[in-house]
Amino acid sequence: MADQAVPTIDSFTVTLFVRRFDPETDQEPKWVDYDVEMFGTDRVLDALHKIKWEQDGSLTFRRSCAHGVCGSDAMRINGRNRLACKTLIKDLDISQPIYVEPIKGLPVEKDLIVDMNPFYQAYKDINPFLVANDKPEKERLQSPEDRARYDDTTKCILCAACTTSCPVFWTDGQYFGPAAIVNAHRFIFDSRDEEAQVRLDILNDKEGVWRCRTTFNCTEACPRGIEVTKAIAEVKQAILRGRV
Amino acid sequence: MSVTIETPNRPRSRKQANWEKYGWLFMRVSGPLLVVLVFTHLVVNLVLGDGIKAIDFAFVAGKWADPFWQVWDLAMLWLALIHGTNGMRTIVNDYTEKVKVRKALTTTLWAVCALLILLGTLVIFTFDPCPAGASADLLASFCPAA
Repeated sequence: MADQAVPTIDSFTVTLFVRRFDPETDQEPKWVDYDVEMFGTDRVLDALHKIKWEQDGSLTFRRSCAHGVCGSDAMRINGRNRLACKTLIKDLDISQPIYVEPIKGLPVEKDLIVDMNPFYQAYKDINPFLVANDKPEKERLQSPEDRARYDDTTKCILCAACTTSCPVFWTDGQYFGPAAIVNAHRFIFDSRDEEAQVRLDILNDKEGVWRCRTTFNCTEACPRGIEVTKAIAEVKQAILRGRV
Repeated sequence: MSVTIETPNRPRSRKQANWEKYGWLFMRVSGPLLVVLVFTHLVVNLVLGDGIKAIDFAFVAGKWADPFWQVWDLAMLWLALIHGTNGMRTIVNDYTEKVKVRKALTTTLWAVCALLILLGTLVIFTFDPCPAGASADLLASFCPAA
């Protein structure tokens, strides 16, 4: 046993260019490059951890669960919005440096951290809670077919990858954005909810669903695979028909 | 007994009446219509009959003597201009940040659109197929001078 060689696991070195910004010293964000040794099972989040823990402790980014559920670590990796914890390094082109930036369209606070308040405000504005006026004495039953109507949009983790990939949101940030509409969809098409019309009126705003240009950036960006553009189109149809 | 649970929120304040829904609907309806109108227009003018060689003053005069083509061209004019201007307005809304600039640009757009629609409509309905004093070889066959 002792003679048997321990199998080695192949590692490789990748270069990460991280868009960094320190509000106390920098006027403008700047690219800083780091070389890190990675394994095939490592994700971009592991690379960021390695930089923070071993090379530069001042690197700042959000992460919580680190397993694609909490939605904290959405960032722009090689020009695409993804979750750092769900992006394997080996799936990227590692012959080139990997570029990591904060998500676009929200004010950068430090390094990869952006101010999420405008994003959450749009979410709050669509009343993201079930409204049912009868007394909650017993379970509100729902058929599997009724549940299926909004199943896709229940998957949202509010990571903002969709909203910050939307070119209309980038322009002036007034647009509600895909994430707010997805979460409105989740209640509008819920048979137990009684305020679909209120939410449809809210989204019939000047900055509501009609600003959607169906570029599909949101659908492509969603780490949960939600068909965001389709959900927006369903909300448009519901507003046009005046019913869900 | 049933109780009413108060809605735990205030209505959104920035909401105001707007035409965006109708604008969106107009773009969806006028788009396919324009495809039919424009391509039929192109085929009739440039392909059928003698093709592009047939186009001269008499050709246009002949077409506009027919109420069918008058309505056709009128529909094309109005739909294309409003469709195009609304598209430009969308781009202006995307790229301008200052409210005043946005207002100035969209106002200019609609003013230009209205002027072009007015002039175009005027031409279609007041077009004289047989202007007095024109040389006979340029006129349509139905003109008395031809």
